[in-house]
Amino acid sequence: MYRYDEFDQEFVDQRIAQFSDQVRRRLKGELNEDQFKPLRLMNGVYLQLHAYMLRVCVPYGTLNSRQMRKLAHIARTYDRGYGHFTTRQNIQFNWPKLSDVPAILKELAEVEMHAIQTSGNCIRNTTADHLAGAADDEIADPRPYAEIIRQWSSLHPEFTFLPRKFKFAITGAPHDRAAIQVHDIGMQIVRSEAGDLGFKVYVGGGQGRTPLVAKLVRDFLPEEDLIAYSEAILRVYNRYGRRDNKYKARIKILVHETGIDELRGDIEAEFEKIRHGVLQLPADEVRRIETYFALPPLDPAATSARFDAKSAGNPAFAAWAERNVHPHKVTGHASVTISLKPIGGVPGDASAEQMEAVADIAETFSFDELRVSHEQNLILPHVRLDDLDKVHDALVAADLAEGNAGLITDIIACPGLDYCALANARSIPIAQEISERFGNAERQRAIGDLKIKISGCINACGHHHVGHIGILGVEKKGEELYQLTLGGSADETTSIGAIIGRGFAGDRIVDAVETVVETYLKLRANDNETFLAAYRRVGDAPFKEALYGTA
Amino acid sequence: MKTICKLVTANRLADGEVVWLGAHGAWVETIDGALVLEDAAAVEAAEAAAARAVAANEVVDVGTIDVTRQGSGVVPVRLRERIRAAGPTFRTDLGKQAQASRASNAA
Ligand code: SF4
Repeated sequence: MYRYDEFDQEFVDQRIAQFSDQVRRRLKGELNEDQFKPLRLMNGVYLQLHAYMLRVCVPYGTLNSRQMRKLAHIARTYDRGYGHFTTRQNIQFNWPKLSDVPAILKELAEVEMHAIQTSGNCIRNTTADHLAGAADDEIADPRPYAEIIRQWSSLHPEFTFLPRKFKFAITGAPHDRAAIQVHDIGMQIVRSEAGDLGFKVYVGGGQGRTPLVAKLVRDFLPEEDLIAYSEAILRVYNRYGRRDNKYKARIKILVHETGIDELRGDIEAEFEKIRHGVLQLPADEVRRIETYFALPPLDPAATSARFDAKSAGNPAFAAWAERNVHPHKVTGHASVTISLKPIGGVPGDASAEQMEAVADIAETFSFDELRVSHEQNLILPHVRLDDLDKVHDALVAADLAEGNAGLITDIIACPGLDYCALANARSIPIAQEISERFGNAERQRAIGDLKIKISGCINACGHHHVGHIGILGVEKKGEELYQLTLGGSADETTSIGAIIGRGFAGDRIVDAVETVVETYLKLRANDNETFLAAYRRVGDAPFKEALYGTA
Repeated sequence: MKTICKLVTANRLADGEVVWLGAHGAWVETIDGALVLEDAAAVEAAEAAAARAVAANEVVDVGTIDVTRQGSGVVPVRLRERIRAAGPTFRTDLGKQAQASRASNAA
């Protein structure tokens, strides 16, 4: 895993000193809120409904046990004993005191963590496939490139005041688990016919008020040009992106208003000017950074005899493994999803005790490595198959053994009106009710792969636009109302869900979801046809009819 | 229809705690202690007091909200403000409602 060099540590330490002083001056009244607000946002501090909120960056979703223990310690010492993992692979604390934030940041820096660039109109944390470095379908680990992007974009003087925030996502596998096509820039690692590593580059995707799927801007970008090309895109955006209207300021609007062909021309022209300059990546530097992400010493001769025996003898274990265990590139190993979606629970929340349990499990069974997924779960990337039953036992003891990865109860939900100052409606209670309704293990398995995603306002932090079933909370005449969208997807076949019809009141929306699911079960071609495939085959009509009648 | 009254609310600067303007310009931590504003003059005076508190760096994010009287207390009209007054709806161990239930358990 990446370790800070002296520049990183100095930068973080300086920033803490600077922000601590700003907090002190704010509390003494030497800075007013107008002066202070942009400063606190640059350091990840929001003011929400009940309290301040601190968003801590988990670079590309990778962390180790020591860092997870520190997060647990912060939750317990400065917060209310829990944290919330987000769709940006970060963690949020919901109750810190502003006066405690300097101390929290100091504690985070001890384990090479920070909250810089988790807010504001800058380049945010690059998100990556949560199975990076482990997945069997991977061409190369995307995290070294995410780290290179982090180094280039941290405090980049030209890109600190962009028209709007800017998000990168990167995947190293053809099966996209990182939702790259709904990011400002999405990168997919590919190999050229000659066998060279490079990227397919997508630009202008995003959710929010105007959901748009990214356009392919380049088929193959050589590895050495990763930063030069990114800089070219950012420069074109910085020059032409709209600053007159917040809602039209993201690069997606520029891409879709200008047209990808014209914009590609601008980007390529800018790229030509800088590609052979200082931004060209030296191959040996890339290889050096890769060593930080090297596979741990896995034993390729590891067997699975114990795993097979345990699976045969323990149906609960076998059922969990069937959903939450993923193929690994080294035989005899697997990656494990630790579900943060207990039936009826709060998606993405983990208590301090659970974080510590997970840290212990990772230390013992996964070479000290953990990941946060954008689906708000945790991942043990490198586990021996023959250790899985022990991992499962430990997860059961920590109340973390829900075997529902990718099923209907594995719901993404944003904090919504229970916490968020921007919200129109609650998200979490809807997620809980859906989870209860479909919580029966057999029922969820019969339904199969189905992603429900819920946002409490059009900002779409809950990714509702790309949910197979998406739910958007709005406020109408002072009441919560929920809009249903169907057919969204965030993988390599990305699509934006379509609104099916008029919205549903809070006490009707879960029934509506059930109607959609029951309709799907009746019309699917066979048990293996997923909800998304069935929807794409038959379209809206049967669902509309079931929900609203034929009138 | 119930008469709508108003309250002035904010978050305390140092810790973010939700507070309401009470009597004599004090900021209180529970909605029951808030000064209920029944006419325009009262609202104006309260907003002026709140503006002074902002200038004095006691509170941030001031807002004037609608409430209705219910029994001896008041209830905000908007769900958002009801949630601010109580805490997350799915976890009664958090926010003001937790303190309220702790207090009643102790009593
Ligand atoms: S989608 Fe809206 S309600 Fe949900 S977290 Fe984002 S801003 Fe808040």
